[in-house]
Amino acid sequence: MIFLRLILVNLLRHKIRTFISIAGIAFSVAAMLTVVTVLEGAVGMFSSILSSGAEMIVFERNVSDLFFSDVPPNAKDDIARWPIVDHADPVLFGVVSSADHPIITCFGVTAKDSRIRNATWVSGSADQFDKGGTPVVLGERAAEFLEASTGKDVPIGHGTFHVIGVIRTRNGFEDGGVFIPLEAAQRFFHKEGSSVITIKLRNKEDAAAFKAQVHRQYPNLIALEDAEFSRSYSQFKILKATAWAVGGCGLALGGLGVANTMIMSVFTRIREIAILRVNGFANGQIVATIFGESAIVAIGGALAGLALGVITLYALKEVPALHGYVDVTIHPLLMLVVVMLALLTGIAGAVYPAAYAMRIKPVEALRFE
Amino acid sequence: MTTPAQTAANSVVISAADLWKSYDQGAIAVLNGVDLEARKGEAIALCGPSGCGKSTLLHLVGGLDEPSHGTVTVNGKQLGRGRDMVYFMRHEVGFIFQLHNLIPDLTMEENCLLPAIAAGMKRSAALSRLQELAERTGLEDRLKHRIQKLSGGERQRTAICRALMNRPGILLADEPTGSLDEKTSGAVFQLLLDLAHTEGVTLLMATHDRSIATACDRVLEMHDGRIRTEC
Repeated sequence: MIFLRLILVNLLRHKIRTFISIAGIAFSVAAMLTVVTVLEGAVGMFSSILSSGAEMIVFERNVSDLFFSDVPPNAKDDIARWPIVDHADPVLFGVVSSADHPIITCFGVTAKDSRIRNATWVSGSADQFDKGGTPVVLGERAAEFLEASTGKDVPIGHGTFHVIGVIRTRNGFEDGGVFIPLEAAQRFFHKEGSSVITIKLRNKEDAAAFKAQVHRQYPNLIALEDAEFSRSYSQFKILKATAWAVGGCGLALGGLGVANTMIMSVFTRIREIAILRVNGFANGQIVATIFGESAIVAIGGALAGLALGVITLYALKEVPALHGYVDVTIHPLLMLVVVMLALLTGIAGAVYPAAYAMRIKPVEALRFE
Repeated sequence: MTTPAQTAANSVVISAADLWKSYDQGAIAVLNGVDLEARKGEAIALCGPSGCGKSTLLHLVGGLDEPSHGTVTVNGKQLGRGRDMVYFMRHEVGFIFQLHNLIPDLTMEENCLLPAIAAGMKRSAALSRLQELAERTGLEDRLKHRIQKLSGGERQRTAICRALMNRPGILLADEPTGSLDEKTSGAVFQLLLDLAHTEGVTLLMATHDRSIATACDRVLEMHDGRIRTEC
């Protein structure tokens, strides 16, 4: 109990300094949690676009981005006929712009595509999709920022499209995108094939056989299961690495704050440490008080940071411009990892101060009375 | 013929032989060949002008510092290599300083319990021991008081309680009454002497106060890092 008092007394003795250290860790944890969650959410959303009604994806091997992938049209027709394939849906990804909106994701799809079939139609219907002309279906948020509605014409890129419907999906990218019939999209983007083919197999256990067959017949293409794609897609890897790197830098800064606090803490109580030593405290006991202090700062900071991070995520979710893009699902494992990292950072920050404390000689510290 | 009890009482507890201590690679010589023996239960006063080496001698005997040359033997074992100094500090020696060296943010009780915590003493036993010492020092109603709330005399009595918590055989006191007024100083010293006698503790005390020193069993006069005379 007095051991704990020794730790708390020192933290309470310099309340502002303690508060700043806890705040440093809290902001670091909040930043890491927010950045990682937002980017993981974004990756998850993009993955869900691909996995909509499908469990495999076929695209051009070795492309850095799916927007650059080019799957030949005959491949889709051929693959769709394979006995193990239930259905194959080509999707052409493109980026278009309109006035005031430099980036709008465009999905070139067929009328059979699950996005068109399974979406909630706010207005219009799927009947007119793929019936020729230049129809477009808008995601609900795209309709808002393009200020367009069903029955109107809307300028997108260098063309004008007739809005045949507005759909609502649970995916921010889809809600902010536009859907064009595949053939119209191919003309618009001057492509013959598609970016990817999403595949639903009759039997999920045929995944390996399917991949092998794609590899044999289309060496320039690659087939991956959805989870496999999420893990291996270089863009996702870069995003995730960036998120962890940014968060890690934040935590490192927080750790430096703890180190600074602990160094100051040790320097300002050299005499007190000498008194403890004279009274029989072993090095381990003195070091325990210092690590105890840093652990309390780190745990306090981590808990405050978790709360701050969750509040920030919910606040971001409510920002109209980000509507649908922020997924506030925080994985317990992520929370655990962030807390553990904060704790490790705090402990790392106390290593030098603890080593310094162990070297304090009572006779020298007590001489200056 | 002496009884075992008398033999024990006459046994040498502290033995310092040819102690030298210097700093800055010999540039500053503080102790220049000190020999000292203290017997169980004996109260010894170290007198002498400032800088004569009294505090340094106490530090060497208490294991807070190492001699440049010579040996310190306590309870038959030489201090230094091979000896568990943490155990020594916890159980065999207690320190009292001129400026009491208490932790100001803790209460009197918490300060006194520090040695017991360090030694892993059971809380109930530690509290019982503290109660006994607090009663003997007249501090039983000050246990929950913070150090800032205590007078100079009370602080020094707290330091005495803390030093005796783990029942050490040796008490090293460096100017224990140096910061107190004459009246308080006399009372605190008398208390220290009484406790040392009743607890059977060997007291080695550095002091400038002649009247206090003469109340001890022996007075050693130090000059220029040597013990010059014994009264």
